[in-house]
Amino acid sequence: MITRHAEHVMGTVFSFMVRDPSPAVDEAVRAAVARLHAIDARFSPYRADSEVSRIAHGERELADASPELAEVLERCAEVAQQTDGWFSPYREGRLDPSGWVKGWAVQQACELLCEAGSREHCVNGGGDVQSVGGPWRIGVADPFRPGELATVVAGRDLVVATSGTAERGAHILDPRTGEAPTGLLSLTLVASGRARLARTDAYATAAFAMGPELGLSWAERQPELEALAILPDPAAPKRATSGFLRHAV
Amino acid sequence: MRRAIVTTTATAAGVVLLLSLKPHGSQSASAQAPVISSGSDTSNTSNTGNTGSGSSSTGSSSSGSGSSAGSGSSTSAPSGTKSGSGSYTGTAVDTRYGPVQVRIDVSGGKVSKIDVLQYPNGQQRDQDINSYALPVLNQEALSAQSAQIDAVSGATYTSDGYTQSLQSALDQAGLK
Repeated sequence: MITRHAEHVMGTVFSFMVRDPSPAVDEAVRAAVARLHAIDARFSPYRADSEVSRIAHGERELADASPELAEVLERCAEVAQQTDGWFSPYREGRLDPSGWVKGWAVQQACELLCEAGSREHCVNGGGDVQSVGGPWRIGVADPFRPGELATVVAGRDLVVATSGTAERGAHILDPRTGEAPTGLLSLTLVASGRARLARTDAYATAAFAMGPELGLSWAERQPELEALAILPDPAAPKRATSGFLRHAV
Repeated sequence: MRRAIVTTTATAAGVVLLLSLKPHGSQSASAQAPVISSGSDTSNTSNTGNTGSGSSSTGSSSSGSGSSAGSGSSTSAPSGTKSGSGSYTGTAVDTRYGPVQVRIDVSGGKVSKIDVLQYPNGQQRDQDINSYALPVLNQEALSAQSAQIDAVSGATYTSDGYTQSLQSALDQAGLK
């Protein structure tokens, strides 16, 4: 028996796959879904009444941020520091910590399932995946060929985050210039073991903004991360960090 | 139907070949080329079900990536038979690093050996290749149907775009 659930939330869809369902775990899926909507209500930059929007529009002081938002901003600051400023919880001058929040939401969903006793599940938040147990086989979408895969990675406790322009256009901006980076179609980061999606996803956003050369060299320096970059170059579309093979199948 | 032409070449369809082009002066190209097969288990068991991926040398070129995607797929006539065995020599492909040509031995439906017949060398090219980045040659488009995946990672889809996504197909398959 496998429990699956797909939930439309945060402008995308979160897909749950639980290989060890039980009444307690099924209840945890429902709790996780509720949690996703609660996160959206507080952090969505598209909802006028969210805490993030109210601060972004000056209706609320950043100093009065909820403890939850304050902690998110703290984590964002860490990622910004770790990526030499290539990640930012601001977009065009306005508060928008979405680069952290979506992966963090997936991570929290997994935590709820773990607390309920599940040791075998996979949660996909709009294309960013955290899995527990396994082995799992995670396909990486090919931006050249919609519906096809660029590669497949497999392993236990896999975390796979992809940033790219294929689905939503140029929505990632270089925090330094405010412009959309053009050197990559997509950049995928893979980690396993103790890695969690919130940070990995934020790193993927930063590495995408860095572009292929800087992004890959940055990823190469992170011992827990491997990267696959897909470039808008038909002659040599894919490049990967030296250890990427250990995840590929 | 395209699946009709997918016979033994489909066994190679799932292969992702990663060539290490690091300039360490090694003379043994094939020895230093890490090679992995992808989805070989599934392609092995469902040769004829691999849909379009087996013929992607044509399909993928329409997206402009034909030169790399066709690296191993535009093969010479196989010396094997429909039993899933044989040796396939890919056409040489010009990458930005120089020509690359591979030969694949398929045995019992699985890729048993990949030889790199040609790979780029030369000082100038080596300098162009960053030591941290491996060019990755995808021999065929990977067919999602044959890859037996649990989830798909990709650029974030919208709630509307999800309905067209592979992840949606996976979710629906599981819900049936």
